Amino acid sequence: MLAIACIKQVPDTTQVQIDPVTNTLVREGIPFIVNPYDTHALEESLRLKDRHGFRAVALSMGPPNAEAALRKALSMGADDAILCSDRCFGGADTLATSNVLAAAIARIAEEAGDEVGIVLCGKQTIDGDTAQVGPGIASRLGFRQLTLVDKILTLDMEKRTIRVSRKLEGRHEIVEAPLPVMITVVRELNRPRYPTVPMRLAAVNASVKVWNNEVLKLDVNSVGLKGSPTWVSRIFSPERDKGEIIGYGVNDPEGTAALLIDRLLSKDLLAV
Amino acid sequence: MTIFTPLFLIALGIFIWQCGKKLSLIRLGRPENRFDNPALRLREMLLYAFGQKRVVARPFGINHFVIFWAFIVLLAANGAFILEGLIPGFRLANVLPPSLYHPLVFAFDIVSFLALGAIVLSFARRLLFKPPYLDSAYVNARSFEAFLILSFIALLMLASFGLNGVKISLGIEPADFMPVSTVAAALLEKSGSDLETWGAFFWWLHAGVLLAFICFLPMSKHMHILTAIPNCFFQNLGSISTQPREEFAVGNRYGVEKVTDLTWKDLLDSFTCTECGRCQDACPANATGKSLNPRQVVHSLKVNLLANAPALKAGEPPRVPLIGAEGEGTNTEETIWACTTCGACLQACPVMIEHLPKLVGMRRHLVEMESKFPEELLNLFENMEQRSNPWGIAPGERTKWTAQMDVKPFEAGKTEYLLYVGCAGSFDSRSKQVTVNLAAILDAAGVSWGILGKDEKCCGDSLRRLGNEYIFDRMAKENVALFRERGVTKVITMCPHCFTTLRNDYRQYGIELEVIHHSELIKELLATGRLKLNRQVGELGKIIFHDSCYLGRHNDVYDAPRQVVATVTGAAPAEFDRAREGSFCCGAGGGRMWMEELTGIRINLNRVTEALEKRPDTICVACPYCMTMFEDGLKDKQAGQTRVRDIAEVVAEGMRPQA
Ligand SMILES: Cc1cc2nc3c(=O)[nH]c(=O)nc-3n(C[C@H](O)[C@H](O)[C@H](O)COP(=O)(O)OP(=O)(O)OC[C@H]3O[C@@H](n4cnc5c(N)ncnc54)[C@H](O)[C@@H]3O)c2cc1C
Ligand code: SF4
Ligand code: SF4
Repeated sequence: MLAIACIKQVPDTTQVQIDPVTNTLVREGIPFIVNPYDTHALEESLRLKDRHGFRAVALSMGPPNAEAALRKALSMGADDAILCSDRCFGGADTLATSNVLAAAIARIAEEAGDEVGIVLCGKQTIDGDTAQVGPGIASRLGFRQLTLVDKILTLDMEKRTIRVSRKLEGRHEIVEAPLPVMITVVRELNRPRYPTVPMRLAAVNASVKVWNNEVLKLDVNSVGLKGSPTWVSRIFSPERDKGEIIGYGVNDPEGTAALLIDRLLSKDLLAV
Repeated sequence: MTIFTPLFLIALGIFIWQCGKKLSLIRLGRPENRFDNPALRLREMLLYAFGQKRVVARPFGINHFVIFWAFIVLLAANGAFILEGLIPGFRLANVLPPSLYHPLVFAFDIVSFLALGAIVLSFARRLLFKPPYLDSAYVNARSFEAFLILSFIALLMLASFGLNGVKISLGIEPADFMPVSTVAAALLEKSGSDLETWGAFFWWLHAGVLLAFICFLPMSKHMHILTAIPNCFFQNLGSISTQPREEFAVGNRYGVEKVTDLTWKDLLDSFTCTECGRCQDACPANATGKSLNPRQVVHSLKVNLLANAPALKAGEPPRVPLIGAEGEGTNTEETIWACTTCGACLQACPVMIEHLPKLVGMRRHLVEMESKFPEELLNLFENMEQRSNPWGIAPGERTKWTAQMDVKPFEAGKTEYLLYVGCAGSFDSRSKQVTVNLAAILDAAGVSWGILGKDEKCCGDSLRRLGNEYIFDRMAKENVALFRERGVTKVITMCPHCFTTLRNDYRQYGIELEVIHHSELIKELLATGRLKLNRQVGELGKIIFHDSCYLGRHNDVYDAPRQVVATVTGAAPAEFDRAREGSFCCGAGGGRMWMEELTGIRINLNRVTEALEKRPDTICVACPYCMTMFEDGLKDKQAGQTRVRDIAEVVAEGMRPQA
């Protein structure tokens, strides 16, 4: 049975800045990382491999350099890594993205001659933040969807059912569903493993399969920019008053404290 | 006396067989070149082995010094004794002219007496006033072995006095040159018994004990008599915290999993340990109730090697694990992670044993091969890898401290020094104040300096000490490439960890930087008059200076910060009881800064308590980690009236205009 983890390579958003003139993300020189939630999805797929004998496959859609994210997956122990990359996939919104990923998942099952048991996605990405791709994949594949999972309680391979805990605001929900399922995961689910050096080195030389649209054979109008009904009209960072350093710190603690109190009083943030 | 010959040959055979066995075990270690720079090695060997430099540094060391030199001198006497036994009629007096013979026997006589006195003291030390560090979990100071060896030596001395006494009485030896033996002669004569019988008794007592000693020596901890001298010769001549690089290639293994992953020098170390317990006494982890005891680590290697010898020689997997559950030949993971890499153990060891590489080697195995490490390190590792700083703060914020001053980028040719700010100096709010002060000092003194700004990366110190050599290697390569590209040659650091890493570790990457710690530079600037103070600082009260391990023990910078304090305040700083080479770690080194400390009392509290005993108003440090550890410790002790200042902040006080 296959456990497929969808991982997205994202810019390290703490380091992303928005170009105030063009209103676009300044991506130059920004390091890419694996979307943090996706490392937990990946880890869970590896645990399914270790505990239940799943075959763990890592899947991503992105530009050729997204291969780095898949190498990381391989270094952690994924059995296979597939990158869907084609010029015509570019500019995709969540709909187009899930079209490609769903097709790829079907294709993985076909090639492996095996069935997909669980698709794992992150709760959301840190760059797009929509949390739509996972559910999008599930509906395209006709899988049950269990979002915001913070614990897999039981996995009965004979009855082919899974019981999970969902982390919702202020409460937890225990749900059970028959396989196959798509789950999206939160960070509390697990602690991703740290790759050993031999695994890292093996991953450097391992092959990441790259599938373009000649492999997936999707209608070009359902992928990429053409298949994306969402348009980003503007990106901007909201104006915010920058903090400032007042006083002379340790050289004048009392004076600094007095300044701070004055300032807080003047902003009505402190009542006397 | 012909029966002596076969007995001697048997003893010699056992001795050679046992030594050969140990040697073959040492040869199971990995290769390592410790033959470079023989002249320096010879000098160090003379100093540490024959000069007993470290031995005598502690009370009772002089006792050992006497025993050691008595041993060397009496080697000749015992050589002559053996020849007497082997060659009927042989006498040293017959082959040496009296002008040589007389001083020689005089020396033998006196030295034997001194040695006997030293042995009596050693007995007393173990029996009557035993220091606690003489015992460890698996070695008892009052063991049968310890007393057996002491008894052997004492008996040898007594027997030789008896024998010489008989010879003096019989007119064979010159009474004038053997004052102690003459007393023995008088006693024997008084006893009225047959001198010939006494002579035979003492001869055979001496012979028996000597032969037993020869057999027993290579099987006991007194093996150090044989190994200590070469161990001092083969000592590490480089920086004590700098471990060898690893070669990363498919199929390689990393770090130390089993005892034969260590080098032959590590294994020689294990047979050299004298179980003196000095490292144990100096170790901050041991002192605060952690499971780590550096002496036990060394001991574990020996026990492990001996236990696994048959298996290892047969190429089979070892039976006793080197890393695993508590046991005499095994180190627990908790033990391995407890080390602060402070180097106190190396500093204390009289026979130059290197504990650190063994611990770091085992850490490397755990991190690189097994991915096993305390949970809290995962964040550190990821942060380092992704954002090149321990906190995972966006690299873009590295220059935030420059917001209120004009700081220039480093440009080769235009700026003399690179100020390598370091992660703490860039991101930690307390350390940023130090950075700002240092920058002001540099400007005031007209130093030409610049920074790498957002391009600066972490030096990788914590990673290396924690055994994450793979990521350290990557970071070191990146940094070295960046320094080369920018033409950096002279670097100022305010963190002893950056200091040691850039100065010592990066040398392994082929870059020789002139790295100067800010305390040294400020000392220079003050001494040459480039930095002028506006006033003498009095308001910091009584200042006590804490030696950071990575500045002091690891790099021998002790005087510069003290001189700076003296210049600025007009008085030398107060000293801890454990200061300079004997300084006690703050608890943050070796990556411990980023780890929980749950067992025993915290190391920083131990050090803060020690500081408070001296009633200082200000604790002066020269390291951002020490700063954090002291400030945390003072908070825990609710000793808010005592403050912590970096050396740069002390100087900055002196630059403030006269009130
Ligand atoms: C407002 C907005 C702005 C956008 N801006 C840009 C832009 O500036 N530049 C640009 O190139 N694109 C942009 N996109 C497109 C978008 O970022 C993604 O390409 C895609 O729509 C995924 O959406 P998401 O990041 O919100 O993923 P989410 O739906 O939040 O992701 C949930 C999970 O789905 C999986 N997943 C998502 N994407 C992938 C993938 N590609 N491969 C594998 N698994 C995946 C992961 O497991 C992830 O954790 C934007 C989209 C929106 C809605
Ligand atoms: S380096 Fe320091 S902490 Fe580590 S074993 Fe030696 S003395 Fe103990
Ligand atoms: S390692 Fe050195 S200091 Fe420690 S007990 Fe052995 S000889 Fe003494």
